[in-house]
Amino acid sequence: MVRRSSITSMFVGSPIKPLQLHMEKVCECADHLPLFFKASAAKDSAECKRVHKAIAKLEGAADAIKIDLRSHLPNSLFMPMPREQILDIVRLQDKIANISQDISGIMTGRKTEIPEPVIDLFIVFVQRSVDAAHQAKHAINELDELVETGFRGRQLEVVENMIVTLEVIEKETDKLERKLRHAMFKIEKQYPPLDMMFLYRMIGWIGKLADVSHQVGGRIQLLMAR
Amino acid sequence: MESVLVSHAAIYIGLAVVFGLFMAWGIGANDVANAMGTSVGSKSLTFKQAVMIAAVFELAGAVLAGGEVTATIRKGIIDVSSLGSTPELLVYGMLASLLAAGIWLLVASRQGWPVSTTHSIVGAIVGFGAVGIGMDAVHWDKVGTIVGSWVSSPLLAGTISFLLFRSIQKLVIDTDNPVAMAKRYVPIYIFIVGFVIAMVTMVKGLKHVGISMDMNQNILVAAAVGVAIMLIGSAMIRRINIDPDADRDFHFTNMEKIFGVLMIFTAMAIAFAHGSNDVANAIGPVSAVVAIVQSAGEIASKSATPAWILWLGGGGIVLGLATYGHKVIATVGSGITELTPSRGFAATLGAAVTIVLASAIGLPISTTHTLVGGVLGVGLARGIGALNGDVIKTIFMSWIVTLPAGAGLAICFFFIFKGIFT
Repeated sequence: MVRRSSITSMFVGSPIKPLQLHMEKVCECADHLPLFFKASAAKDSAECKRVHKAIAKLEGAADAIKIDLRSHLPNSLFMPMPREQILDIVRLQDKIANISQDISGIMTGRKTEIPEPVIDLFIVFVQRSVDAAHQAKHAINELDELVETGFRGRQLEVVENMIVTLEVIEKETDKLERKLRHAMFKIEKQYPPLDMMFLYRMIGWIGKLADVSHQVGGRIQLLMAR
Repeated sequence: MESVLVSHAAIYIGLAVVFGLFMAWGIGANDVANAMGTSVGSKSLTFKQAVMIAAVFELAGAVLAGGEVTATIRKGIIDVSSLGSTPELLVYGMLASLLAAGIWLLVASRQGWPVSTTHSIVGAIVGFGAVGIGMDAVHWDKVGTIVGSWVSSPLLAGTISFLLFRSIQKLVIDTDNPVAMAKRYVPIYIFIVGFVIAMVTMVKGLKHVGISMDMNQNILVAAAVGVAIMLIGSAMIRRINIDPDADRDFHFTNMEKIFGVLMIFTAMAIAFAHGSNDVANAIGPVSAVVAIVQSAGEIASKSATPAWILWLGGGGIVLGLATYGHKVIATVGSGITELTPSRGFAATLGAAVTIVLASAIGLPISTTHTLVGGVLGVGLARGIGALNGDVIKTIFMSWIVTLPAGAGLAICFFFIFKGIFT
């Protein structure tokens, strides 16, 4: 048996790669949401079910990465990013996948139909929220570059700009959400109240998707500000 | 009492050579892998290249620059004048120290404890000196300096590595075109590596192999060595294939390729440094025994370390590397993903410079600890994804255990040898 040299064992797995992998899966998960809403708008319930299953599967895969990352992040790490902040980012990323799954789950389960007049607004809103998740992913993908530069210099600006863009996208989703709620309000009396209630809840969750993505950006800013 | 030394002369020297080889073998088998860890881990060297570089430069370091530390181990820790009419005690003590340190290393390596060869042998010599000969026999001030250097060497390496890494950040990484900047500055870093190592070797090491030059000659030759390897390095950099596609996923891939060339030279430097410092752990005691026996009791404190003993130590290290050490080095390459060549370079050169300086002023220090210091220096500049704090703690704690263990074993063996030969 050959022992490992003590120098080697100093270099435990950096959390960055698993963090990026996790975000990758989480975003794949969110990517299915616009597809889901398109299928829902087309009243294609078989397709809705299929997409929801795909989302659930991806959410499971993301969970596995999350658990692995948590269990391999020992207490006494000496790293450029505080452990709590890494765990916090994972928690937020995880929320993106969970929200996506919850939305498709409830809508599939309740066979929710989106009223004709708001379909376009819904799809634009969902797409923009997913865009926010993607923008957060781009920033997460820069973490290894940040370590390479030692969190210094122009790489900070690059990431800072990405987060500014993320903020812009998040603001847009807020605007889209208001627009959608207003359009819903105008037609809500013509549909079953309970269905409307749940659609409002969905709108809230879609907005949350962008919110949480925005928070991921905020955490990255914290890492850089140290 | 000279009669004991004369009648057993061949046995004493024979035992010293065997134990010294055993110790050198142990250094080559276990310690070299630590010295090469950052180089192989950053994937700048293949496993085979690492073993070849280690073999050549450990030997070169041992023979060309190992004399000063050997002298410290041989006569710096124990006050030979206090032996008076019983010089053979020093022979028993040195043999006991070699055996104690060698066995302790073997046991510790089997258990996977990161122990330092330097701490084992210094602990052993101090142990037998204080107990076997007497508290007055130990140069406590010198021992204090050595122990102090065990604290300051990782700090110094960390500081140099930190500054080196910050200079890379400023000059190369944080620029509009890191690849172009790397092409411009990496040859200069290569020059620095060559110049520093050559300079220290010539100023302090070469007198032990019978070459002496004045300061101007030293600077000239060191500069020539630096320029020579800089030209070789530049040629290697020109041959690198810069692939813009490679930067798509990780923007610094091509820049790191250029640093890979630098890492090759830095690996040579650390192998050289390790050879120059750690060879003494094996052959310092051997040369002490040989000196006493050959002068038949006249403890010559002035004679230089015979060249054949330096070769013996260097050869033993290479032997250890060839028989077992290459397997340990092979395990180093896997599992380090956080260490890119630019970081590996900063950490390793900081350590190499510190060790070579220590070799030049005759201080036996731990290569592993110094290298850990270098890695931490880069870590403090936020340059490494994650380092395991537990391992760092174990490495630094291990020498607190190693000193009494080495000392205790050496004392036992000392009295056994004393019993056998008298």
